[in-house]
Amino acid sequence: MELLGKEQIWKEYQKEIADNNYFYARSCIRQTFFPGSEWVYLDILRNKLHKNVIDDPRHTTCTGIGYHSDVVPIETIMTVVARHFALMTEAGYENLTPSCITSFGIYTEILDTWEHHPEIEEKIREYLYKATRREFKKPRNLAHTSDIIYKFRNEIASQILHPLKNIHTGRPLKVVDHIGCHYAKMFPSKGIGGAEFPAVLTGMIEAWGGEPIDYPERRHCCGFGFRNYLVMANRGFSVANSKKKFESMQPYEPDFIVANCPGCAMFLDKWQYTISEMEGITYGANGYGIPVLTYEEMAALVLGYDPWDIGLQMHQVAVEPLLDKMGIPYDPDKKYCNSRGESLGAPKCPTYLKIK
Amino acid sequence: MNFWGYSISEARVIDYDKNDKSLATCLAQNAPSSKLCIGCGGCTATCTAGNLTEFNIRKLQMLVKRGENNEIRQQLHKCMLCGKCTLVCPRGVDTRKMILTLIDYLHRQSL
Repeated sequence: MELLGKEQIWKEYQKEIADNNYFYARSCIRQTFFPGSEWVYLDILRNKLHKNVIDDPRHTTCTGIGYHSDVVPIETIMTVVARHFALMTEAGYENLTPSCITSFGIYTEILDTWEHHPEIEEKIREYLYKATRREFKKPRNLAHTSDIIYKFRNEIASQILHPLKNIHTGRPLKVVDHIGCHYAKMFPSKGIGGAEFPAVLTGMIEAWGGEPIDYPERRHCCGFGFRNYLVMANRGFSVANSKKKFESMQPYEPDFIVANCPGCAMFLDKWQYTISEMEGITYGANGYGIPVLTYEEMAALVLGYDPWDIGLQMHQVAVEPLLDKMGIPYDPDKKYCNSRGESLGAPKCPTYLKIK
Repeated sequence: MNFWGYSISEARVIDYDKNDKSLATCLAQNAPSSKLCIGCGGCTATCTAGNLTEFNIRKLQMLVKRGENNEIRQQLHKCMLCGKCTLVCPRGVDTRKMILTLIDYLHRQSL
């Protein structure tokens, strides 16, 4: 009876996720810093899960970074988002799946605003029509791309080549999940598990053989916070947030961090280098950092994609210790080669953080 | 030279598990009346130094319990040891003894 009660409560923390036919919205940060992530997401959806997804090249930034930094007015961002909806409508799709957590938050916030203030929606429709002669339908279903992978986690599990296990010890890998703040902290009902019980990434980790780590600062912000990072005077505060998280997770000796927000993945990855240079501290074993993956990269690794094909060489923290633990084969000589096999040149080595 | 243009901000959170409690222990041993404080703030209200500076004996008590020794170190020298706080304390806390104990402890620590 108690289990039924819990199941009943848990139902309230679920959300509707469309089965097929997705309009994909790229992320400014993800496609810049982890370009392999977006490519492999589309490849998994199309070739492993056999879903229909459109990647429209006319799609632009949602201007969320500018909006949260107080340089883009709300009418402007609403009109830009209205154009995205118009592109989706023109393509004949109804299910919007943004890759970016900021965009997901922006779309959610704008749809909620329009629901409560239809007069604003009318005004934005007018702005869009005057500017572009476009009209639009609102998305029938809005889901973040991590929701899609979560939905099909068991289908992916059935195709796994490299489960999240340490092949040397046979034990599940210890994985720290980090959910972007704008995923469910603003609108808890729009995220799986709400703001309190982040389940979207742990669902994937458990389905693919890993062990999620629940550590004290699990729900703490990564520190990006837009103007926290963009204004140099505030940047020390930004890095301090990540440091707080690293110090909190380090005692659990996690094998890697996985994030569903592109900004979080970038900061948790690159701040480890910054902290190491500023204070000589590294958080992984033997002078390495804790590898940071996006959930698409995690899915790609378990499905057997080549680590360099999915762009793991773009990460600041070396992923080789993780690949060794999972028993994933890789060619160290091809790490910094382009698709034609030509060398791109290796980056400079950090002072303290080991990268090879 | 810090070529980054910024440094990592210190956390403002008070971590009771990590902070140094030795000052509070020393104060409890050497000025046991300090434990009688009920935080009424009479000492602070009558304080001559507090009238002219940010010196605040009630806050000092709180900082000692939290182990915020750096801030205590910055504040202590503002006390002029006039003793008016001792006269008004309803609990009979020997505040002057308290201040002298703190000064002595921090001085010995810095040697």
